[in-house]
Amino acid sequence: MALDGGPEQAGHPAVRLRGVTKRFGAVLANDDVDLDIPQGAIHGIIGENGAGKSTLASIIYGLYAPDRGSMEIDGEAAPVRSPADAIARGVGMVHQHFMLVPTFTVLENIMLGMEGGFLLGQGEADIRARLASLSRQHGLEVDPDALVDDLPVGLRQRVEILRALFRGARILILDEPTGVLTPDETDQLFTILRGIRDAGGTVVLITHKLREVMAVCGTVSVMRHGRMVGRRETAETNTAELAELMVGRTVGQAERPAQSVVGTPVLRGAGLTWRSPGGTLRLREVGLELRAGEILAVAGVSGNGQSELLDLLSGLSGVQEGHVEFAGRRIDAAHPATPAEMRALGLAHVPEDRQRRGLVLPFEARENAVLGRPEKAGPGPWTSAAAMQAHAEPLFARFDIRPPDPKLPAAGFSGGNQQKIVLAREFDTVPAVLLLGQPTRGVDIGTVETIHAEVLALKERGSAILLVSTELDEILALADRIMVMNGGRVAGTVPAAGATARQLGLMMTGAGDGAAA
Amino acid sequence: MTALPRWLDIGVLPVVNLALAFLAAAVVVALVGEDPLEVFGVLLQGAFAPGALGYTLYYATNFVFTGLAAALAFQARLFNIGAEGQAMLGGLGIAFVCLSFEAVLPGPLVVILAIAAAALFGAAWAVVPGWLQAYRGSHIVITTIMFNFLASGLMVWLLSGPIMRPGQGSPQTRLFGEAVQLPALHDLARGLGFEAARSPLNLSFLFALLACAAVWVLIWRTKFGYALRAIGHSEEAARYAGIPVRRAVVVAMALSGALAGCMALNEILGVQHKLVLNFSAGYGFTGIAVALMGRNHPAGILAASLLFGALFQGGAELNFEFETITHELALVIQGLVILFSGALAYMFTPWLARLLLSRSAARA
Repeated sequence: MALDGGPEQAGHPAVRLRGVTKRFGAVLANDDVDLDIPQGAIHGIIGENGAGKSTLASIIYGLYAPDRGSMEIDGEAAPVRSPADAIARGVGMVHQHFMLVPTFTVLENIMLGMEGGFLLGQGEADIRARLASLSRQHGLEVDPDALVDDLPVGLRQRVEILRALFRGARILILDEPTGVLTPDETDQLFTILRGIRDAGGTVVLITHKLREVMAVCGTVSVMRHGRMVGRRETAETNTAELAELMVGRTVGQAERPAQSVVGTPVLRGAGLTWRSPGGTLRLREVGLELRAGEILAVAGVSGNGQSELLDLLSGLSGVQEGHVEFAGRRIDAAHPATPAEMRALGLAHVPEDRQRRGLVLPFEARENAVLGRPEKAGPGPWTSAAAMQAHAEPLFARFDIRPPDPKLPAAGFSGGNQQKIVLAREFDTVPAVLLLGQPTRGVDIGTVETIHAEVLALKERGSAILLVSTELDEILALADRIMVMNGGRVAGTVPAAGATARQLGLMMTGAGDGAAA
Repeated sequence: MTALPRWLDIGVLPVVNLALAFLAAAVVVALVGEDPLEVFGVLLQGAFAPGALGYTLYYATNFVFTGLAAALAFQARLFNIGAEGQAMLGGLGIAFVCLSFEAVLPGPLVVILAIAAAALFGAAWAVVPGWLQAYRGSHIVITTIMFNFLASGLMVWLLSGPIMRPGQGSPQTRLFGEAVQLPALHDLARGLGFEAARSPLNLSFLFALLACAAVWVLIWRTKFGYALRAIGHSEEAARYAGIPVRRAVVVAMALSGALAGCMALNEILGVQHKLVLNFSAGYGFTGIAVALMGRNHPAGILAASLLFGALFQGGAELNFEFETITHELALVIQGLVILFSGALAYMFTPWLARLLLSRSAARA
């Protein structure tokens, strides 16, 4: 069986790395990293985006070969040259993006690669029996005949964990496993991880969420700029110290101003129902009101209609039922508005997916700074490099975008700086309405501060802001009112003052009562 | 794919590909029993000797137009495989104008109208697949290929019937009058007091150079070009930016078709002075390889066009000089160049990157 057969060589850490170095071109992703992961424990690896956590995990799992350094698994020097080697040594990994075939059942996904023979029948029966006992043992209940496509995200993750355990994993690496989970699902995941630990397994949890590390890990390693900068027992540290280690300086919270006087309604949506081209109902009777100088946050597990709402309000997809009132215009199925028209009416939009939508990555940063703003690109029908440079330079200065060279292609900037390019562009003229999709996703902690301060400044200057975020901390830090979405519906709208993560979490899963506010 | 710095992608890679193509060609030549060095000497001489240069540039003119057509569409990630048919239609437009108006309007005016007609007919033939792609989701590769067959059929029907030269059995129109022909460059040169060898090279070569400049300005100096490039890199981002993607796709195809149609200026208005069957002779397809080799940049396309022009002209020369090298073998050499610098253009990218970049990284 997976966990109880492992060698119990006392004193040997489950994984030991010495001097591991990995370089990608000019980037030193891992710089002389030493790491000891104790047996039978939950060990956290934390760090900002780009600190080298995922690279390190990929090295342990055999996806990358280190340039230098050595690795021992269970006290044995182990050349792990491929994931197959890693699996053979008892290392399993659950990736951030699930590696499941959505049109296969749970059972089919688990037997993928170990079908056992030409005909499926016998192998399937064996695997079904072993799967049932494994599920019971770890409290990982999943219907083996359910189609993966029909499962909620939390269950898909269980399938991934089951698959790793099924292949004999005694050391389980999870890369940012909670990004897609509700608070409730996160708690369930942690229960499962504790169960694996109690059965003698080792869990490596890679995350940037400090609260989770404090909640579930016994020990934690902190990475910064590719280096290991600290190791702590969670019982002897706190989130403030860990955050400082991660960032390399003290981190403050953006000063939250007292509730400003709420202005007049700027944008109203009512009865918005929207179906995807495939006919799936994505939004049901959504109504909302954005007011000047106010931040309305949309909370919810991703995939519950938030993205569709942003597309609808920005003009990217057409209104089908219901209507939107904005700047004296009524937009409905018979009177659509294009993204260009919405922009002209005073709408700005920071899209959720900055790499595919918010930026044209091969374009120079200054070309990206005029995306959607052709009037800034040059006179008449012409584009002018000088005009674009003149437009980009103050934006770069204001948002401290690095490197401060607008001539570089957008692809050459880090995730945080790419996001700053988008924000600088959209914040440039104080927009009447700002749609803000996942403004700090994949952005390092230091930059999050700057972004939050700019958002609050924009609100002070009278913009009506719709913030869509999957980070409850962010919503609680910024919002004046919080609208929770679940299954394409508005589950409820509550004032931010007094709202708790627990209350919102219940509403996200459809269990809470939605009081109108 | 490994990303190469610009100097490698534009400067080194094409040279490496070209060298390999000639290496492979040398093997073929050696196999048929000729000395490769001697053969390439004849090839070069055949392409660039004083009397031959005009022919090389005349072939290059065709490649410039069809190469630009492919490149312009490709800026918006549209594969226009239909330059062949669009060129045929361009020729039809010229014939239509010349045959209808040469008797009633002054010559220069007819020529200007004919140029406009070549562009318009070519554009119209490309707009239909463009519209179908943008508004109905029909794949542009399929539709443009289909439209080549349609154009070909249309030409056969017209040239063997309605517009065939009266009293004759070959599929061509009657000759246009002298007043409605594009002047040959050797005639123009003589007018200016130079003596130049006779060749089919005509005024449309200058038009081709102008077209290169115009396409460069359009793509890199106008907001429309910005929109096209944005669509090409990320249609999502273009839609987000409020660019009317569908309309831009149709306009891009119209411009691409117009450029392809202009190929007929060289062949029909400049050289043949009558509409003949199959005058496009594969230039439309080779234009795709030209665009690929020229990295979709007008300067690159000009250089690639000169290379292909030289191969066409020099290849014809081989035929005369060597008994064992037939026309087909000349085609093999051309094919190898297309294969290595077109279809396999990026085959050596990873090796080059490792060879040249790891060394510079070690130095850094």
